Amino acid sequence: MELRFDSDKPIFQQLAEWISDNIIRGAFAEGSQIPSTTEISVTYKVNPATALKAVNILVDKGVIYKKRGLGMFVAEGACEKLMHERQEEFYGSYIKTMLEEAEKLGLTKQQLIEMIERG
Amino acid sequence: MRGIEIRNITKDYGSTRALDNVSVNIEYGRIYGLLGRNGAGKSTLVNIISNRIFATEGQVLIDGEPAKENDKALSKLFTMSESNLLPQDMKVGQAIELTKEFYPDMNTECAYELAKEFGLDLKKKLQSLSTGYTTIVKDILGLTCNADYVIFDEPVLGLDANHRELFYKKLIERYSDYGGTFIVSTHLIDECASLIERAIIIDSGKLLMDSDTEDILAGAYTVTGAAAAVASYAEGKEIIGSDSVGGLKSVYIKGQPENVPAGLEVSKASLQNIFIRLTNTDEENNA
Repeated sequence: MELRFDSDKPIFQQLAEWISDNIIRGAFAEGSQIPSTTEISVTYKVNPATALKAVNILVDKGVIYKKRGLGMFVAEGACEKLMHERQEEFYGSYIKTMLEEAEKLGLTKQQLIEMIERG
Repeated sequence: MRGIEIRNITKDYGSTRALDNVSVNIEYGRIYGLLGRNGAGKSTLVNIISNRIFATEGQVLIDGEPAKENDKALSKLFTMSESNLLPQDMKVGQAIELTKEFYPDMNTECAYELAKEFGLDLKKKLQSLSTGYTTIVKDILGLTCNADYVIFDEPVLGLDANHRELFYKKLIERYSDYGGTFIVSTHLIDECASLIERAIIIDSGKLLMDSDTEDILAGAYTVTGAAAAVASYAEGKEIIGSDSVGGLKSVYIKGQPENVPAGLEVSKASLQNIFIRLTNTDEENNA
């Protein structure tokens, strides 16, 4: 499995996003078990402390929970929670960047709207 | 204190100072990267810790006890050094058994399993192995000896991409399952950057940095853009180094980006890039 870390964000954050992506995509279904921190760190060659940090972010958010001695599971409602969070971020991470790039390229508002409609 | 304390170590070879007053604490239970250019003093430090050579000044303590000529303290430490200490006409299997004599907690079963995974022939004599397999033998001993402190000195020397990947994965597996302290001395920084929790950087015999990898990465950034604009932004800031291609310039800066003017691109610097800028000579930086 490949996960290419870019250097723009800390690795633990990228790992947390990778787990979140998989929950949103349904690869890690609600109620199901997710890989252990050992599995994650071995697969992606990251320090176990880094993997633990990623997991703890999601535990704090209530997206996953730990069952002592059994492992980590995706919480009920996790997908909706993450989708909602991503929607909130959508403006900052995509729309704003798109508008900045459009301005740099001299695209008009009309041209942009046409492009969005074209899909 | 549980850990290795390196206290004010200085090592002179004649009039050459190989290590200059180096002090570092290595805590038990973490993975460290010992990073430095060729000739920076990494191996000298490793050899002093493992009592193969003596320091001119200073002291090394293992779990609070002086390591010098102290078998009890040294039995907690395994050093995979580049020098071959095992008899060269010995077979690989015998080398594993011999190591078990010195490290009673060693898991020989696991060592044989690893040998199989690496495609290592146990019946071969050490002297007949290729560079890569010579490294692999020592890696396997380090991974399975179960010493509290294991130092890997250039553990992927001569290994192909598949074996390098296998080594890193096995290292994390061992660390996750059994704990212990691992010190990876290497100059292949990009490959192991995500693996090491703390980086010790040595340059020209001096300790340059001893910090959590994450803090090092969070403490520097790169600004790229038109040379003049980049230069004016960087003015008065703590610059680690710079690159330029044509009219385009990148500057590596310590701290956090603030009020970066439009048209300049900000990105994080990789550990390798920060390392290169920190350890370049002035000539190399201006090249």
